[in-house]
Amino acid sequence: MSLYIMCFLLFLVGIYGVLTRRNLIKVVISLTIMEFSIFLMLALIGYISGGEAPIIGGKVVEGTPVVDPLPQAMVLTAIVIALATNAMLLTIAIRLYKKYGTFDIRRINELKG
Amino acid sequence: MEDRIIIFFVIIPLFAAFLIPIFGRLVQGFQRVTASLVMLVLLVLSFIVTFQQPGMVTYTVGGWEPVEGIPVAIYMVLDGLSGFMLIIINLLAFMSAFYSINYIKRYTGENFFYTLLCLMVAGMNGVVLSGDLFNLYVFLEISVISSYALVAFGVERTELEASYKYQVLGGLASLLILFGIAMLYWRAKTLNMADLAMILMNGERDAFMIFVQLILITGFGVKAALIPFHAWLPDAHSSAPSPISAMLSGVLIKAVGIYVIIRLFFNIFQLDGALAVVITVIGALSMVIGALMAIGQWDLKRMFAYSSISQMGYVVTGVGMGMIILAGGGDKPTAALAIGGGLFHMINHAVFKGLLFLNAGAIEYATGTRDMKKMGGLAKYMPVTFSSSFSASMAISGLPPFNGFFSKLVIIIAAVKGEFYLIAALAVITGIITLAYFMKFQRYAFYDKPAEQTSAREVPFFMCFSMVALAILCLLMSLLIFPGIRQIFLGPAVNTLMETAEYATKILKL
Repeated sequence: MSLYIMCFLLFLVGIYGVLTRRNLIKVVISLTIMEFSIFLMLALIGYISGGEAPIIGGKVVEGTPVVDPLPQAMVLTAIVIALATNAMLLTIAIRLYKKYGTFDIRRINELKG
Repeated sequence: MEDRIIIFFVIIPLFAAFLIPIFGRLVQGFQRVTASLVMLVLLVLSFIVTFQQPGMVTYTVGGWEPVEGIPVAIYMVLDGLSGFMLIIINLLAFMSAFYSINYIKRYTGENFFYTLLCLMVAGMNGVVLSGDLFNLYVFLEISVISSYALVAFGVERTELEASYKYQVLGGLASLLILFGIAMLYWRAKTLNMADLAMILMNGERDAFMIFVQLILITGFGVKAALIPFHAWLPDAHSSAPSPISAMLSGVLIKAVGIYVIIRLFFNIFQLDGALAVVITVIGALSMVIGALMAIGQWDLKRMFAYSSISQMGYVVTGVGMGMIILAGGGDKPTAALAIGGGLFHMINHAVFKGLLFLNAGAIEYATGTRDMKKMGGLAKYMPVTFSSSFSASMAISGLPPFNGFFSKLVIIIAAVKGEFYLIAALAVITGIITLAYFMKFQRYAFYDKPAEQTSAREVPFFMCFSMVALAILCLLMSLLIFPGIRQIFLGPAVNTLMETAEYATKILKL
């Protein structure tokens, strides 16, 4: 249970960063922290304490439980997606820096209303 | 016809997206022809599969058969609602691709534009066809990541800023969606939507499930830009290149936002009266506030973007009312009327809002500005743009005989019959406000005297063609009000939502 609570704390750290940071790059970092808290939670859902890795043809002792492999597959997919999102976000942040000469959100405000 | 045809809705645009950057460099004009051709093929294909195949088609990717009645493969499912969405997506995609042939010469990097467009279409087709919740998330990310890139396509200050804002909010929404999916997996230990539906329908409705449902409403609500979560939409939709604005407003917010909400809450979760009220209230708020915000705008595309929020409110309200009636065990024909009105307005909105954004692009192409104060007297110089935008404006403000009138009428009749008098009144008032700001658009853009001598000319052929085709559709769609035609087009989609439990039993072949 404590693991889930720590996951949730990580999520809160991320959301605090997204809401309060004024630097484009730091917002991206906070978003990444949130992403990883959810990945951790997904991996935890499939975990059984004392479980073995579920490999067909592996050396699993009869009677030991195996962990659920599906969340692990999902986490891997989600990490790839997060990579694409982060790459895209950072690209835009760099282009913004070239246009404005700053990473400060308060000075990048041409769109209103 | 073979079941495996439905996977081609994803394969064809993905393959085109792969080919375009390679051969686009070598062969002159390859990218334009390929993109338009691919979208045309998809459009024809979507009509064929929707009308020739009654009932439901399922395809198991990789051919993995169920083990002891438990599905293990990723399912692709085509039913009435998916077919309906496929037609909307591919119709708008074809029109946008065709329109871009002339329009996109303003930008550099034509190859990348068409690649991203194909990827976005592949993602959206995947979302509406997917029968697996995590697979749906993956397709959703494919389409929204390409839309992030397309919003920033102009790489000027405003485009980049809009794209950044869109990505941060879109990223948060994606995280909430992933979180919701993880929680559902925790509860049900399955991701197959039919299997999930069977487990959740028989399970109890406790605080955990309500929490998950609220998380998912928030996540997909951001994607659909419903009112408390709408902050990104006006920036993103007004900054994108015009054909892309037409795709974003006309299709993307429907396919990845509203379609998924409808599918989840009708076919997978137990119908819940309280959550149906939440959805309806959000819809009604979007309807009114979106219209009020649109009326003060002077940027053409920004006004249309706010108007999208308002029109999506109509769709959500209609469907939400149907959900309330169904959950309360009320009168079934009224529920069917409300849901049918919502879906009817969804396809209508795709047509006329797509057309309006293409018009805005044509005006920008000819005059180089989006500010309504700097336009004027364009009716004389741009007759095609003028007449098509006039019909679109009449349609969206709900004047007969255009399609918008009939769908709004159906929603209002359903609201009165279901005794939601406040919603009926709000829908009428919103219709009047909509008429007001489209009158403003017509007057400032087309009637006033131009500020200075203008050199505006009518836009080239391909742009005109798309606009005229959509304008004709605005008129033709009003035929959908007749019961016989409505039964063919809207009937299967409405039935899918009315028979909430059938989705699961048909897929699992119980």
